[in-house]
Amino acid sequence: MAALHDSGRGMSQGARNALPMILFLGVGFAAPLLAVIAYSFMPERSFGLIHPPTLANYVEVFTGNSYISFFWSLLFAAMTVCILAVICYPIAYGLSRVFGRWAPILTLLFTIPLFVSENVRLYGWILFFIKNGVLLGTLKSWFGIELDSWLFTRGIVLLGMVYVYLPFMLFPMTLGVSMVPNETREAARDLGASRWQIFREVELPLSMPGIMIGLLLTFVLAVGAIAEAKVLGGQTIIPITHDIEIAFTYAQNWPLGAALAVLLMLVVGTLVLLVLKRFDLDAILGKR
Amino acid sequence: MSKRAPILELKSLTKSFGTLNAVDGIDLDIAEGEFFTIVGPSGSGKTTLIRMLAGMEQATSGDIILSGKRINDLPANKRPTCMVFQSLALFPHRTVGENIEFPLKIKGIDPEARKKRALALLDQLRLPQNYYDKSVLRCSGGERQRVALARALAFDPKILFFDEPLSAIDYKLRKTLEKELKDIHRETGKTFVYITHSLEEAMVMSDRIGVMRSGQLVQVGTPNEIYSAPKDKFVSEFMGDVNVIPVTMNGSRTITADTFDKTFAVASVPDAFTKGHLVIRPEFVRFVATSKDADNVLEGKLYNEYALGSRIQYQVRIGENVFIVEKLRQHSSDLKRDQTVLIGWDAKDSILVTG
Repeated sequence: MAALHDSGRGMSQGARNALPMILFLGVGFAAPLLAVIAYSFMPERSFGLIHPPTLANYVEVFTGNSYISFFWSLLFAAMTVCILAVICYPIAYGLSRVFGRWAPILTLLFTIPLFVSENVRLYGWILFFIKNGVLLGTLKSWFGIELDSWLFTRGIVLLGMVYVYLPFMLFPMTLGVSMVPNETREAARDLGASRWQIFREVELPLSMPGIMIGLLLTFVLAVGAIAEAKVLGGQTIIPITHDIEIAFTYAQNWPLGAALAVLLMLVVGTLVLLVLKRFDLDAILGKR
Repeated sequence: MSKRAPILELKSLTKSFGTLNAVDGIDLDIAEGEFFTIVGPSGSGKTTLIRMLAGMEQATSGDIILSGKRINDLPANKRPTCMVFQSLALFPHRTVGENIEFPLKIKGIDPEARKKRALALLDQLRLPQNYYDKSVLRCSGGERQRVALARALAFDPKILFFDEPLSAIDYKLRKTLEKELKDIHRETGKTFVYITHSLEEAMVMSDRIGVMRSGQLVQVGTPNEIYSAPKDKFVSEFMGDVNVIPVTMNGSRTITADTFDKTFAVASVPDAFTKGHLVIRPEFVRFVATSKDADNVLEGKLYNEYALGSRIQYQVRIGENVFIVEKLRQHSSDLKRDQTVLIGWDAKDSILVTG
């Protein structure tokens, strides 16, 4: 063992073992991120990183109307998360009560749609909602009811987002609810608690880690959503991700796109940190 | 113990799972303030029984009568009883204080009175006052036991049920907690109904013991009755190492061993006894010098000896039959393996049981 300690050139064994991972993360994760941040300080429409840094892109973002896209992205992400929480908690609760230990594994079935490309699934919804499609066509031919298509409305965008991100909420939530030991429920009941009191005092706080992870995961994913607004929404709302894409492609203005991306990261990162500060996952999990 | 009005009466209480009767027609009266222990091996239905009493399982038939009122259909949260679980079922996201205060919070008692009660309970359970703000996850096994008991006592139940709460605790601490529990029973004067698979544990704590097998109560009695007058082979063997000899009574009212040639002198024969077992506790068997030194004497070979703390146990083999002799350490005999020995016991120290 002495030889191992001597050859380290001041590096601990743990650090040396972590070296491949550090390199991998450095090249694959940190470097692109740093590049984006660097680009955000480059002059308009430049493609290199050797220009003197400038704040012009940020000035343009704040003086322009990107805030509308930010607003739509954050609003729709927040709404998606709220709707998913309301839908998924009862499902997770039912699954864990009925299937017990097997519930999280069963929940994996809900992720099977993820094997199909998101765009393909969204086009499926188009076929469902399009005029003379599955829904409206059936209503028309069977009941003679003729309705306007709901496609390309804000409601449909929300539906698409709820549909796409459901597994990401349901899985951690089911794990969280399954983590509540049944005997704590029984003990609370035995000590006189009503169903609602058991939920509030025992089940909700004990399943909080799963719920928090679900909320954060779906929020972060939903803020980055783009396909739902494009495919189902037909541009009724323009999310910030769309602005970023435009800046990097049609507009050929990488620095502006980079500045938007950096701001989005800052906004989401701040929100996540605030939530994590408020809900200490370790404390909820009982690690301290 | 003195005759007191029963607080809990069970009348042919039965719980069936399909065709299996996990609890099979139990009749039992438990007196107010009594420490009653139900002992049985795993699968004997004792946990199902106590879960029915606490309201976590629905009885299939029969009555549970608490203070004269039938409570079969009362859900657990409406029963004035409380259970200490095998897993303790403490709330891991709460502090010691919050755990103890839980039943008070549910009752809507104001925080100040709650805290006062919790601190008093900490004191009663020999836990330091500063544990009030400690996370239950940072408590040791024994401390958690005390917190679970304090939480149950905070509920102020008419009866406290215990579902083997000490089974996961190491021997030494278990012995301490058993005694503490008995002290707390004395201090609170509450009725305790305790479940365990260890008759030894039951002996230490209980006023009365009910031995359970296959959903039925085989014998109910004081620890002394169970120890000195077991009703059958099952109860006698449950008490730990014991010598059991299958015997038959022949026409001339003599008791003879089934597996070897020997006639035994016994103090009394139960009514209508024909076939059964002769039970002799190992501490009543002694090494003797001649066949005249005890009412019953057998010759065998010493196979091995085991040191059991304050006692020493000897295994003596007579043909295929194994006998156990126990002595206090200070009276240990200097014997060698395979040495031929005479073992004996007196007629008054053996018990004839049917079955």
